Amino acid sequence: MNYHRSQKKLFVNGIKNMNDKDHILNSIIDALKRKDKHQASDSALLKPIDQVLPSVPSEPEALIEMFRKNSDSLKAEFYIAKSKADAKDYLIHLKNQESWKKIASHKGSIVRQIIEPPDLPLYWTDDGYDVHELAKCDAGITECDALVAQTGSIMLTSRTAGGRALSVLPPHHIVIATRSQLVPDLPTALQIVRQRFSNNYPSMISFITGPSRTGDIERILVYGAHGPVKLTIIMIWNDQG
Amino acid sequence: MHVKLFIPCFVDLFYPETGKAMYKILKRLGLDVEVIESPACCGQPAFNTGYWDDAKVAAGKLLMQMRGADAVVIGSGSCGAMVKVFYPELFMGTEFEPIAKEVSPVCFEFCSFLVDKLGVTDLGARFPHKVTYHDGCHSLREMHIKEAPRLLLARVRDLEFIEMKETVCCGFGGTFSAKFPMISTAMDEVKCELAIQTGAEFVVSSDSSCLMQIQGIADRKKLPLKTIHLAEILNMQ
Amino acid sequence: MKSNVKNFKAAALKSSSDLTRRRLILNALRNFEVTRNQKQALFQDWGAARELAAAKKWDAILNLDKNIELFTKKLESNGAKVHWAKDAESARSIILQIIQEKKAKLIVKSKSMTSEEIHLNDTLTRAGFDTLETDLGEFIVQLRGEGPFHIVFPAMHLTRGEIRELFQSKLGDAPSDDPEALTMVARRFLREKYIKADIGITGANFAVAETGMISITENEGNARLVSALPRTMITLVGIEKIIPRLDDLALFLPMLATAGAGQLISCYNTLYSGPRRPDEPDGPSEHHVILLDNGRTKVLADPVACDLLRCIRCGNCLNVCPVFRNIGGHSYGAAYCGPIGSVLMPIIAGIEQWYHLSYASSLCGACTEACPVKIDLHHHLLKNRRTAAKTIPVWWQKLAFKIFNLFACSPVLWRLMSKSGWFLQFFYVWSVKGTCLDPAYPWTKTRELPPIAKETFREWYKKHE
Repeated sequence: MNYHRSQKKLFVNGIKNMNDKDHILNSIIDALKRKDKHQASDSALLKPIDQVLPSVPSEPEALIEMFRKNSDSLKAEFYIAKSKADAKDYLIHLKNQESWKKIASHKGSIVRQIIEPPDLPLYWTDDGYDVHELAKCDAGITECDALVAQTGSIMLTSRTAGGRALSVLPPHHIVIATRSQLVPDLPTALQIVRQRFSNNYPSMISFITGPSRTGDIERILVYGAHGPVKLTIIMIWNDQG
Repeated sequence: MHVKLFIPCFVDLFYPETGKAMYKILKRLGLDVEVIESPACCGQPAFNTGYWDDAKVAAGKLLMQMRGADAVVIGSGSCGAMVKVFYPELFMGTEFEPIAKEVSPVCFEFCSFLVDKLGVTDLGARFPHKVTYHDGCHSLREMHIKEAPRLLLARVRDLEFIEMKETVCCGFGGTFSAKFPMISTAMDEVKCELAIQTGAEFVVSSDSSCLMQIQGIADRKKLPLKTIHLAEILNMQ
Repeated sequence: MKSNVKNFKAAALKSSSDLTRRRLILNALRNFEVTRNQKQALFQDWGAARELAAAKKWDAILNLDKNIELFTKKLESNGAKVHWAKDAESARSIILQIIQEKKAKLIVKSKSMTSEEIHLNDTLTRAGFDTLETDLGEFIVQLRGEGPFHIVFPAMHLTRGEIRELFQSKLGDAPSDDPEALTMVARRFLREKYIKADIGITGANFAVAETGMISITENEGNARLVSALPRTMITLVGIEKIIPRLDDLALFLPMLATAGAGQLISCYNTLYSGPRRPDEPDGPSEHHVILLDNGRTKVLADPVACDLLRCIRCGNCLNVCPVFRNIGGHSYGAAYCGPIGSVLMPIIAGIEQWYHLSYASSLCGACTEACPVKIDLHHHLLKNRRTAAKTIPVWWQKLAFKIFNLFACSPVLWRLMSKSGWFLQFFYVWSVKGTCLDPAYPWTKTRELPPIAKETFREWYKKHE
């Protein structure tokens, strides 16, 4: 009896929901019919986006400098590793400095070449994980899809950075990037999203700009809210070595 | 140049010296000045309260009086905005609409008329006091007047000018000041605090209604502030 | 309704009398303006950016029919379930049904003004579901049993001392009133909640039709966690949030952050396109997206008000509004406060109940100047007043204007009025001025009135003509 009732309830709600859809769509169509489509702005009078957003230099060195300056002001750490070996050494240095007991990561192609147990006590997320274990990790290491000089942002996805939680649950997020991943601005980064994933988007794409923060108490900026308290970006200069 | 001068209702009733100063300055500059005697109001109170049909009564009459001049000079920024910016909208779809559109481009607030139309900034005035300037919101944001009063003040002899730290509404807002007096007063207090922080003796404006609001609190709370209209300063030799 | 007006006036009086609170808010907003102006200056042309943003949103609105269908199609092909809610009640019942089907025990929410609009939390609490706000500001006001004070900074009206006392009494854990320490208290408390929660509810800042994605902007990381850990994700999004292209976000994200929070870009700007994919290790296995109308199509149909749909909920109009600064967000008694609330509420929730908000403004225009998508906010207030005067005219106001017109349009009557006014004011000053019989009492309660001049300008002119 209960089964039939719940089916009926779902069915009735289904119809109700369909009515809402028609209602909304019809209301939109009716409303737009009465609009003068010529009200649309004359795009010839508008400046293009790259002339209104903060300007970006074209030279690679200047872009790196811009990214560094933005990272500094965001209280993110930006380290340029000469090689993968240098990146690994830096991770070990961080491990000692922060007394890491366990860190989490995913088996990205670059990360796997840098991180090797037992130097760094690891918890992989690729094949699923226990969230309590992930929550206990001192740091989460991920790759990324791009670094954006204009804003000092990192772009990563749930497919290419070990899921959704790896880059936000552990208190220290470390990003392993390569020099070729640095792009000038947000429009370029969004183009990469479309080009790289257009047939099959990851379920999450995130632009991360600095460690987590809040201004909710007296509008005073506090670094370290619910997401990572620390953010380190390691850019490998020569990722062939 | 034939100009028509409109002195708004509250300037006429409460601040006739301001109106006199404006008239005298225009005459001294050799203009052919015709004062609009009636109506005495531009219709803004009714318009701002939403009673547009009632606003049209005085506004329509005033509009007809404003025709046929090389320039229409209005003795306040808020009334200036009413005529220049809002009359075309108020009369949209009526026979007055083309007249409103004809009058609007030749309408000027008084200080803006001197600087932007006549190119005059020095009237030989002297006012040996420390002053700060309050931009009435209609002057600033509807008529886009910011530089003109400052250019005029810069040429007044022995006057020391200090800018307030912040540009903010005094809280008058017409009937708002009576409908929501607690909010209007709070805004007024903020304005007076900013004025006092400059160390100025006088708050100057080209909007008498704003000056009435500021002086109102200053007098009640016995604050060290006096107010004066810019036209009166310019008329002081 | 008269009670709404009375309540508003009483609340405004109370707030404006609290000088300490006013000072706190004024200082916070003045400091904010400094950082906002710094970030605006980083743009090559902020003015042109506003033009472009306004044009893009306007284009999105004019093509809402196409965009909403594309958005739905893309989102559904990504595996999300799209629901349609024509009003608040419909949205609440859809969400409730999902929660009941999931037999959820704990729900975590990230910041969503749209959920405030539909009074979602009250509904879920009454239905017996433990619903926790995770944005620090929303978490704080939820503990206090209040709504948000500001649409972007919900707890900005509170001092650190007040927050410390709150945490001490509700969480039993607040050794210091240092903002960083208090933030850590909230972080520790909420951490296990994210992990235990069955359902995560979010809002959305934008919805991209081209790719079928919702975009969430935040600084704290709480929305990232709400969208990562619970098995079921529900997103409530107003239909006006739909924009056609992914590329548009390159403009909107920095503008939202600059105008709303004085940052070039917020810490986390995340695009979600449905539930986890088979090759992903985590994420919700179900993502429900609820498209909400609740008056938006009414605004769309309005020939005058439709540009209000450009609003990106940055809150900058609140930041610059001298009315908001002095009376605070709670005085409005509505989900949306400040200038945008004063314009929207009469239109979507009824002119009879909310007309007073459109009158509670000096029409200074600071809001219009500050709006990143160039909504002509203060002129909308004027238009609402016109609607109010037509729909619910106040007889004595109409009469007063008619009488004033008679005097103003007749030189003889004007002269009579000014002369008798000058004469009578002596009696007025001796007798009723400042008392409750004083017709100018709303003014004279707190301010002096200048005297009517013995000789008006027009009288002087006539003599000297």
